Amino acid sequence: MLKGHQSWLFENKPFIRSTATVVGPFEGRGPLAKDFDIVHGESMMGQKSWEKAEKVLIEEAAKLAIENAGLTKEQVQFYIGGDLMNQIISSSFAARTLSIPYIGVFGACSTSMESLALAANLVNSGSAKFVLAGTCSHDSSAEKQFRYPTEYGSQKPPTAQYTVTGAGAAVVSTEGDGPVVTSATIGRVIDMGIKDPFNMGAAMAPAAVDTIEAHVRDLGIEPGYYDLIVTGDLAKVGYEIACKLFKKHNFPIEQTEYSDCGMMIYDYETQMVQAGASGCGCSAVVTYGHLLNRMRRGELKRILVVATGALLSPISFQQGESIPCIAHAVSIEAGREIL
Amino acid sequence: MANNIKKNLTRVQQEYKELAQSVEPPRPILKNFIRAFIAGGAICLVGQAIQEMFVHWGGFDEKKAGDPTVAVMILLSVILTSLGVYDKLAQWAGAGSAVPVTGFANSMASAAIEHQSEGMVLGVGGKMFKLAGPVIVFGTVAAFAVGIVHLLIKGGGGS
Amino acid sequence: MIFLWAFLVGGAICVFGQFCFDVLKLTPAHTMTLLVVLGAIVDGIGWYDPLIEFAGAGASVPITSFGNALVHGALQELKSNGWIGIITGIFEVTSAGISAAIIFSFLAALFVKPKG
Repeated sequence: MLKGHQSWLFENKPFIRSTATVVGPFEGRGPLAKDFDIVHGESMMGQKSWEKAEKVLIEEAAKLAIENAGLTKEQVQFYIGGDLMNQIISSSFAARTLSIPYIGVFGACSTSMESLALAANLVNSGSAKFVLAGTCSHDSSAEKQFRYPTEYGSQKPPTAQYTVTGAGAAVVSTEGDGPVVTSATIGRVIDMGIKDPFNMGAAMAPAAVDTIEAHVRDLGIEPGYYDLIVTGDLAKVGYEIACKLFKKHNFPIEQTEYSDCGMMIYDYETQMVQAGASGCGCSAVVTYGHLLNRMRRGELKRILVVATGALLSPISFQQGESIPCIAHAVSIEAGREIL
Repeated sequence: MANNIKKNLTRVQQEYKELAQSVEPPRPILKNFIRAFIAGGAICLVGQAIQEMFVHWGGFDEKKAGDPTVAVMILLSVILTSLGVYDKLAQWAGAGSAVPVTGFANSMASAAIEHQSEGMVLGVGGKMFKLAGPVIVFGTVAAFAVGIVHLLIKGGGGS
Repeated sequence: MIFLWAFLVGGAICVFGQFCFDVLKLTPAHTMTLLVVLGAIVDGIGWYDPLIEFAGAGASVPITSFGNALVHGALQELKSNGWIGIITGIFEVTSAGISAAIIFSFLAALFVKPKG
C-alpha cells in the first residue's frame, strides 16, 4: 500500500524466508567472514574471465537461497536482479541458468534494496508467492569496466573505495517465517555536481540522506523507531558527509545507531581499501549475512537498510557529466520466531 | 577557472561541494612526492646501469645503447606486470612508476593481459593501446607541430 | 657521477608527474600526455639532448624522452629528406620502444592471466 509520497507499507508481512551470501577471498579475510555462507579461495573462481566469475557468484547465491528456503527453483515465481556489468549480464546469465521468470533492474550499488523492495511488494500484493531478489559485484570486473585493467599501476587516492567481490540473495514470501520486510522507500535521483569517480562517497551521501528523510516523513515515524539505520556503501568519506548533512538539516539521526556497510566489511588496518567498500555486493552480503544474523540472534529488532548507488557510466564521466546517485530504503523487523 | 566551474553549479550544489571538500581526506602530497622521487630515481638508476652494461659489454656506443636499454626496461616492466606486482608497486610509487617508460609498458601489458578474455584479435589487439594511445597520438602530433615550426623558422633541410 | 644525476633528474621528473596527479588532479593518461608533449617541445628548443648528456637515463627513461625521440625522428628526416621528413621520420627513433612494448605485451597476453 502506498504510504506518503514514495513509500510502501507492507501490511501483509512478507518474510525474508531465506538468504545466501557468497564472497571472494578478500572479503573472507575481513571481520565479517564468519557471516558469509561461501567464501571462495581465489577471485577468478576457476573461470576464464572476471565476468564469468561474477556470474558464478550470483548463481551460487541464488541457488543456495532457494535451497535454504526449502524450495526448488520451479516454485519461485520471479527473480529480480541486477549488477554493475554492462547490460547487467551477470544477473541475466544467472537468470538463464535458473530459468525463473526474470525482472532485471539497474540501481548500481543500490540494487540490493531496490530488488528487495520490489520483491516484497510483489509478494505483499499477492502478485507472487515466492520471489528471489539478488545482486552481485566483483572488484576486478568493476575495475576493468569502470576504471583501469586490473594489473595497471594507478595510484588510488584516499577517497577511493574497493568493490566487494560478493553476491547476496534472498527469497521473499508470505509463507514460512523469518525477518519481516515491513516497508520500503524508493529514492529519487540526486545529483549534487560531484564529478570524481574516485570519490563516490561524496556523490552518494546526499541521495542517502534524501531517502532516509523521505522514509521517516512518509511513514510518520522518528529515526529512533529503528535500532539501526545503515547505508549501503558510503564508506568513510560519504559517511562523514551524511552525518554533517543530517546535522545541517536538523535530522535527529542520533536517536538511533547509524552505520555503513562499506565501513563494516573490511579491516582498515590490514586491508588496503582506502575509504572502504562499495559495489552491489556490499550492502547485499552485509545485510543478508551479517545484519540478519544479528537479527536472528535477537541483537537487532528493527533496521532500516539504505542501499546507495552511483548511476554513472564510463562514457558519462568522460563526457564531463557529474555523477547522479540514488538510494533505496527497506525496513526489516525481527520475525515471529524471535519476538 | 574556478569561477567557470562555479557557474555550472547551483548555489546548493556549490555549498555541497565545499562541504564535500572539507571532509575529503587530503592526499599525502609530501609523502607521495618523496616516494615518487625515490621510485622514479631508482628506476632511472636501473636504466643507467643497463645502459652502461650494453656500452661496456655489448659493444654499443653511447648513442646506440639507448634502444636496447629501453627494450630491456620494457621487458622488465612487462614481467613485473605479468607477475601481478607492478600495480602493487604503483600504489606506493605513484608517478615514480607511471612516468618512466616502464609505466608506458605496464599500461600496454596490463591492457593486453586483461582483455585476453575477449580474444587475441579484438581483445588483445584491439584494446592494447587503451591507455597508451593518448601518449602516442599526442606525442606524434606534438612532434609534427615541432617539425612544422622548425621548417618555418629554420627553413628545413637539404635540397 | 652520471648515476647520481640519473637518480636526481629522473626523480625530479617523476615528482612533477606526482604534482600533476595530486595537485592538478590530472589522470595518469592526461599526465603522461602532458609529459610527452613537454618532452617534444623541450627537444624542439634543443634542450633535451644536453639533458640526456648530463643526466643519462634520468632523462632518457621517463616518458618525456619519448616526445624527444619522436621530434628527433621528424627533424632528422626533415634535414635529410626535406619537408616530407616531418611525417616520414616521426617513428624512426622510437620504433625500438614501441615494437618492444607491443611484442612483449602480446606475449604476456598469450601466457598470463590477470591477478585482479
